[in-house]
Amino acid sequence: MALGLIHEPNQRDSTMDVQRKLEILADAAKYDASCASSGTEKRDSRDGKGMGSTAPGMGICHSYAPDGRCISLLKVLLTNACNYDCLYCVNRASSNVPRARFTIDEVVKLTLDFYRRNYIEGLFLSSGIIRSPDYTMEQVVGVARKLREEHHFRGYIHLKTIPEADDALIAEAGKYADRLSINIEMPEETSLQQFAPEKDVRAIRRTMGRLRLKLDEAKDSRKAKTKARPQRFAPAGQSTQMIIGADAASDHTILHTSANLYGSYQLRRVYYSAFSPIPDASRALPLVQPPLLREHRLYQADWLMRFYGFDVGEIVDDSAMLPLDIDPKLAWALRHRDRFPLDVNRASREELLRVPGFGTKAVERIIATRRTTTIRLSDLARLHVPRNKAMPFIVLSDHRPAPHRLDAAGLIERFKPKATQLGFGF
Amino acid sequence: MQYITLDTETDFDGWRKAARSLALHHVQPTDVIWTVQGGEAELFAPPAPSPILAVNDGTFNVSSKFVDLAKSAILHRDTERFAILYRLLWRLKDNHDLIEVAIDPDVAQVTAMARAVHRDEHKMHAFVRFREIGRERDAHYVAWFEPEHHIVELAAPFFARRFSDMPWSILTPDLCAHWNGHALSFTPGVSKNEAPGADRLEETWRRYYASIFNPARLKVKAMQKEMPKKYWRNLPEASIIRPLIEDAERMTGAMIANAATDPHKPQKRPEAPMTRKPSADDLDALREEAAHCRACPLFKDATQTVFGEGPRDATIMLVGEQPGDKEDLAGHPFVGPAGQMLDRALLEAGVDRTKVYVTNAVKHFKFVPRGKIRLHQKPATPEIKACRPWYEREVSAIQPELIVAMGATAAQSVFGKIVPVGKTRGRLIDLPGGRKALVTVHPSYLLRLPDPEAKALEYQRFVEDLKIAAGLQRKSARAA
Repeated sequence: MALGLIHEPNQRDSTMDVQRKLEILADAAKYDASCASSGTEKRDSRDGKGMGSTAPGMGICHSYAPDGRCISLLKVLLTNACNYDCLYCVNRASSNVPRARFTIDEVVKLTLDFYRRNYIEGLFLSSGIIRSPDYTMEQVVGVARKLREEHHFRGYIHLKTIPEADDALIAEAGKYADRLSINIEMPEETSLQQFAPEKDVRAIRRTMGRLRLKLDEAKDSRKAKTKARPQRFAPAGQSTQMIIGADAASDHTILHTSANLYGSYQLRRVYYSAFSPIPDASRALPLVQPPLLREHRLYQADWLMRFYGFDVGEIVDDSAMLPLDIDPKLAWALRHRDRFPLDVNRASREELLRVPGFGTKAVERIIATRRTTTIRLSDLARLHVPRNKAMPFIVLSDHRPAPHRLDAAGLIERFKPKATQLGFGF
Repeated sequence: MQYITLDTETDFDGWRKAARSLALHHVQPTDVIWTVQGGEAELFAPPAPSPILAVNDGTFNVSSKFVDLAKSAILHRDTERFAILYRLLWRLKDNHDLIEVAIDPDVAQVTAMARAVHRDEHKMHAFVRFREIGRERDAHYVAWFEPEHHIVELAAPFFARRFSDMPWSILTPDLCAHWNGHALSFTPGVSKNEAPGADRLEETWRRYYASIFNPARLKVKAMQKEMPKKYWRNLPEASIIRPLIEDAERMTGAMIANAATDPHKPQKRPEAPMTRKPSADDLDALREEAAHCRACPLFKDATQTVFGEGPRDATIMLVGEQPGDKEDLAGHPFVGPAGQMLDRALLEAGVDRTKVYVTNAVKHFKFVPRGKIRLHQKPATPEIKACRPWYEREVSAIQPELIVAMGATAAQSVFGKIVPVGKTRGRLIDLPGGRKALVTVHPSYLLRLPDPEAKALEYQRFVEDLKIAAGLQRKSARAA
């Protein structure tokens, strides 16, 4: 395959200053939803050799943009020049957005300068595909290599993995990075073919499979009782992203794909990114306000699959779409009223997890509390359970919902959001 | 009434010592007044410390969960915290399990205080902004922060671990933390005037902040929930929040209205992939063709087609059921646990592994996802049938003398019909075209047997079956 060099910016272009490059290459990177810096190994710089540490339990969000998204990492592309022409992407070859390219040293310096001022937890580096997958991957790995080997940077690094990149490059990426990710982009193979003709879902999946095998290997070597130093490979695992609302895929299709990806490649996270208008957008795509509420419901459904013991088939009803006006767990409960009301003082953990308004932590608190005492209606607030939401579905020592309430057709109205004036509340 | 005066606002050890003595002397929580040295409340307290503190006769146990909670909650700015903690300790003395009762008002309050302290600590880790004083090697980094609770000592070690190679100071109204590259130290609080006013990188940081923001996704409340306004005055990027919000609607509207301009340069597109070669029953061509197989729906959820592997001049072809989890990821047959068992058994039976071609009746992994794992599903007859042409073409490319069908699915594919494994296993069966077939169990069946004795027995039978293949292999080697 002959890949043309599409107005690839000159690496030594001194006319553009770093600030301008940063604007272009951050703007180009913002459609990647992930900014997580959590779940990695414990590191610090107390040996005095370099700088940086990780917060293994939870990541740190150093700021929040007015879009409500966490800013944890310096999230940039190495270059937004790209051979590919993915319709949904701001960096596609046929777009007229301004192009720029960082040198490896420029990204390294920006990362260290920002980190030193406590603006960020680390770097999330991605890139447009230039020349070849291997060339691009080598450039991305080059930044991480320099940060780790020359500057002994101990902060968080997330690298985008280029599908089909050479195995040795992937191994090296995993050696330096905390997290690796490859975006699946579309919930269905057919839409990827339609919107991103150069991308191949099979190649994406094969590379996810390779990452999973390497992750497993590293995990086994950590467990092994040998003195050999365990090999390091992306301790914060791999993640992916799916664009929502650009194609016609149903929520059921999306969640089915997620369940498949979680099971197959042990992803830490599947990110859902509502398709959002982009500068110089293709006319072939729905240029409307991004479906943020749908995105939110998908995240809730994703949580139900991962932490609440729900199956894809249970979460979505025959319409194949999640309701927008109520959350998916409540919708499930309203479809399964025969399972309620549930006695909070007796029900199993699995049952409690299915009560609307009961979070995983609240369920643990309930289980610990009821060993010693019985739970009453007035206790719900201290358990951090939204009382109005849970009440129709539960029995407490001093509360039992009237039988006709649970069966009433109007029950759903209780939960629908009140109509309000739109505004920013600023 | 007992008057207890603690050394500082964060004097946990002093509180612990006093609380222990008070409890051992059965002093009711309502009979204690807690103050801090230099604090306002101290003016009303008698100067002499409580005599009870001098007597230290004995201990009692409380759960470590309480100690952890108390260590955090004591940093809360609520002046009642010492009293609340003593009250909870008093009640825990006779009821250890109380700490697990999340609905108890005292437990709930102390837990909430500890949580507020940890949130404040977390926000300090996040929102401290260092400003560089001096350049490069002589630089000192100084930040101004206004914590909600008494968390400077709690939060400072984080910065020491992170920024060990640079001298820094975090100034706050309560207490200032300093790191000189070797040790942490603390000095009294100062006013904001002492802090540096700007940093040369803040404009770059603001440009990044503005560029990473997506105006089409304005969610001001979500931002404020995690980054409340009280922090804004010390965040360099906060000065542009309002203009970004005010401009968001215009920018989004413009992006929607001005859809794509025509590409101004002729785009060099990658050449169209060559049309696939007409199918020759050459093994590599077959493998390439099978990689795109859509003959049944199994390809959708699987990673890849797992085609057969082995030498072209193999005399024996081993057929399994389908690739498993590991085979699906790696793209090679029999590399998982069943493959390891097979290798062992082949070695024991005396089969020359280098002369064996291994493949599967069905070439995509069939499974259902269950959380983090994939549960193997037995392929159904339509899937076996859809995949059979690949098997047939492998046979005609390899021309093996013997085909070993491992398990019912493989046997169904080899014979073109359902064959009972138990009745046919362990003997050579003639196939059309002068080839022989041998039926045995699938190695993963052996892995699933729970009883070790049955497992050993079945493994031996499996090896015995494979010995037939070994015998045939030796015979044909002698003939050649």
